[in-house]
Amino acid sequence: MAKYNLTVNGKKYTVDADPDTPLLWVIRDYVGLKGTKFGCGMALCGACTVHLDGQPIRSCSTPVSTVKTTNKITTIEGISNNTDHAVQKAWIEAQVPQCGYCQSGQIMSAVALLKTNPNPSDSDIDEAMSGNICRCGTYPRIRKAIHHAAELMKDSGNSTGK
Amino acid sequence: MTKSQDSSNRRDFLKSTGKVGALLAIGFSLPWQESQASTITKVDTSNSLLGLELNPYILINDDGQIILFNARPDMGQGTYQSLPLLLAEELEVDLSQVQIRNTDGQGKYGAQLSGGSSSIRTRWQPMRKAGAAVKEMLITAASKKWNVPTTDCYAQLGKVYHKPSGKSYTYGELVEEASKLEVPQNPKLKAPKDFRLLGKSVPRPEIPSKINGTAVFGIDAEVPGMLYASIQRSPTILGKVKSIDSAEAMKVKGVKKVVKTERKMPHRAVEAVAVVADTYWAALKARKALKIQWDAEGSNKISTDAYYANLRQLAQNDGIDYPEKVGDFKGAFQKATKKLEASYETPFLAHAPLEPENATVWVQGDKVEVWAPIQGPDGLIQQLSAYLKIKPENVKVNVPFMGGAFGRKAYFDYVMEAAHISKQLNAPIKVIWTREDDMTQGPFRPGMLDRLEGAIDEKGALVAHHHQIVGSSIQHQVFGVPLKDKADDWAHETANFEDSPYDINNRKLSFNLAETDIPILWWRSVYSSTTAFGQESFMDELAHVAQVDPLAFRLEMLADSPRFSRVLQTLAKKSNYHQKLPNNQAIGIAIARSFGTIVAHAITVSKQGKGVKVEKVVSVIDCGMTVNPDNIKAQTEGNIVMGLTAAIKNGITIKDGITEQTNFHEYNVMRINEMPATEIHIIDSTEDPGGVGEPGLPPIAPALCNAIFNLTGKRLRTLPINLDEIG
Repeated sequence: MAKYNLTVNGKKYTVDADPDTPLLWVIRDYVGLKGTKFGCGMALCGACTVHLDGQPIRSCSTPVSTVKTTNKITTIEGISNNTDHAVQKAWIEAQVPQCGYCQSGQIMSAVALLKTNPNPSDSDIDEAMSGNICRCGTYPRIRKAIHHAAELMKDSGNSTGK
Repeated sequence: MTKSQDSSNRRDFLKSTGKVGALLAIGFSLPWQESQASTITKVDTSNSLLGLELNPYILINDDGQIILFNARPDMGQGTYQSLPLLLAEELEVDLSQVQIRNTDGQGKYGAQLSGGSSSIRTRWQPMRKAGAAVKEMLITAASKKWNVPTTDCYAQLGKVYHKPSGKSYTYGELVEEASKLEVPQNPKLKAPKDFRLLGKSVPRPEIPSKINGTAVFGIDAEVPGMLYASIQRSPTILGKVKSIDSAEAMKVKGVKKVVKTERKMPHRAVEAVAVVADTYWAALKARKALKIQWDAEGSNKISTDAYYANLRQLAQNDGIDYPEKVGDFKGAFQKATKKLEASYETPFLAHAPLEPENATVWVQGDKVEVWAPIQGPDGLIQQLSAYLKIKPENVKVNVPFMGGAFGRKAYFDYVMEAAHISKQLNAPIKVIWTREDDMTQGPFRPGMLDRLEGAIDEKGALVAHHHQIVGSSIQHQVFGVPLKDKADDWAHETANFEDSPYDINNRKLSFNLAETDIPILWWRSVYSSTTAFGQESFMDELAHVAQVDPLAFRLEMLADSPRFSRVLQTLAKKSNYHQKLPNNQAIGIAIARSFGTIVAHAITVSKQGKGVKVEKVVSVIDCGMTVNPDNIKAQTEGNIVMGLTAAIKNGITIKDGITEQTNFHEYNVMRINEMPATEIHIIDSTEDPGGVGEPGLPPIAPALCNAIFNLTGKRLRTLPINLDEIG
């Protein structure tokens, strides 16, 4: 066991964990944020996607020991205070989720995509989002919502669309 | 509608202490069969306080708080909205004015299994009646308070208004008066033309919680003092523990105990070994350090290859005929000159819901409490009560959202495991299956073989048709239904003559049972997902033999089935079926009815080198009257994705007793980059609602293979197919 200082959604946490504990379980069971989900444990499905300094990573396959104190971790709970990020607004508009279990990961991937590519084509979306499985099959709506979020962000002139 | 007895219809107005105040509680008994009448009664709430015990379907307190109950767990199909919406429509409230809670499995809520696309079909009338009954009571209460005729009063958005004066009372202000009234047994239901909510694509109320991380799924359950368990089960699924060496496992920090446990499936229990620890990671890590010797007890001989070899053998023998028959198949087939016979095979499949099976269970003496994603809290109470020998009333079930289920979470082995371990450890236990556990252990959709025979007469008409269904039986394995002299009456879903009303003069259906030790279970759309492949592929093959366009061929035989004809005609129009396509493209169709709903798809495919690409799926669905059309589209999109996945991605194969697919790299599912364009059309209908969660799936695979035949001339009769190498 070792102590780790983590910054999650702007808050500092100190956790005492086994060094190879995946960041996913640290976020869920030590920090207590349950929005990030376990799906496969092998970085195959994307349900556990969070941002490390703005980059999407698979937290199920990221040992906590590899996360630096200076790294900023963002989870689904940290992308907006009032469920009003452009991507969230677009997700509501398109009524994307069915069971909803994969959607935290889908949204984290979409937010990261739009940060680097504010006007993605269908194939850009395919490339950025194909690591995220949705077993319910919400893909057509995810595509639509990402295009819509891009428009909202353009209209508001910032990366959150607020 | 039966008049309820005085004892159950008695006044049960409750004035309790504290902030709860007056309650109006309306519940009713609901039989499983749609045809049986339901009885509306007031529910005895004398021992309940709002917020502590979930009780009837509608609770209104004198603060004006309204709680509506959803009696079918939500796995993504939308019951969390759709069932309360039925109440809200008639009660004259908006969902924004109410809280929604899931029921907890107690008998007073009626059947609570989410399955068989049955929620709206079975509850369309009863839930609306419950809402309408309460509304009538509130209106009567207001009229009494004002001393005016009820005909001068109306309800709107949580208030009763006096039309002439414009005066109003909130529902909360009327609860005390209303609860003194008898429950109307024949409340007037709104005419569909007056619906405000039903049929209107109202946004789903739980969506915000599913995009900001606050929705609570089974896996998110937290109970003070909870320990985590990870379970090593036999690699051959069935088998026995010979020896356990837990020395290394016990060295992992945080591990509390290694215990022998069991996986209790409905039909049999198998031994397993659990590591219990204070974190999930410690439990999993220690589990991997266990050294267990297993006695496979012969289950290492199980193989899917052998299973299919047996099906092919069985298909040579006559099966057991289903009672439904038309004419004389054998005679007509023998006489005919143009005959066709073909066999179609469909794979075993894992459900692989994205939230793996998990359960948190706390057994405390003669009581048990469960927090778990499950499709049927009432069934779980029954099974857990029998398993633990605890009275059903001492089994408390908390129903969260399910992260997908597709049938898997109506099989409660994972809950029983947590219970078995909790009893030993005397602590709340959370069991989380790994993806590998989920994929390798089953239960699976059973592998099936559909053999079809047909004969075409000189006019090009189909005059003899036999659909022989060969495979294992879910009801036989899971529920022990004997099938010695009887055909499985689930296995011919979609192929039976009600679901498949093709007008054929000589027709029969038969079933050959294949026994298997591979755990099997219903998988989204159950047998319809396999029978439709044979049925609708063969229908196309017959059309080609008859030299008739496949859509026209079907229409000809569906002339007396107007709903089917309309779906096909609409499909032809919406998909531009008759338009000439470029040479590298082709279109294929299929139609199937399941769970009371007819769906047809037209799939356009294109040539891509040696392979084929799915370009577009146009769907037409006739599910009768609608609750939420946007959700019907969403469910159909989901069925397209799951149906395509089942057709073009890996199935489950078992060799030497071991499942060969362990995670999503070996059991691929469709991803967004493979998603074709979709277009879904809902038939405008005033018929009673049919199911929606499953019927879009069955016609996908045959429509795809029919399109591929039209493009390449290759007839693919075994699923899954490899789209990259069609040739």
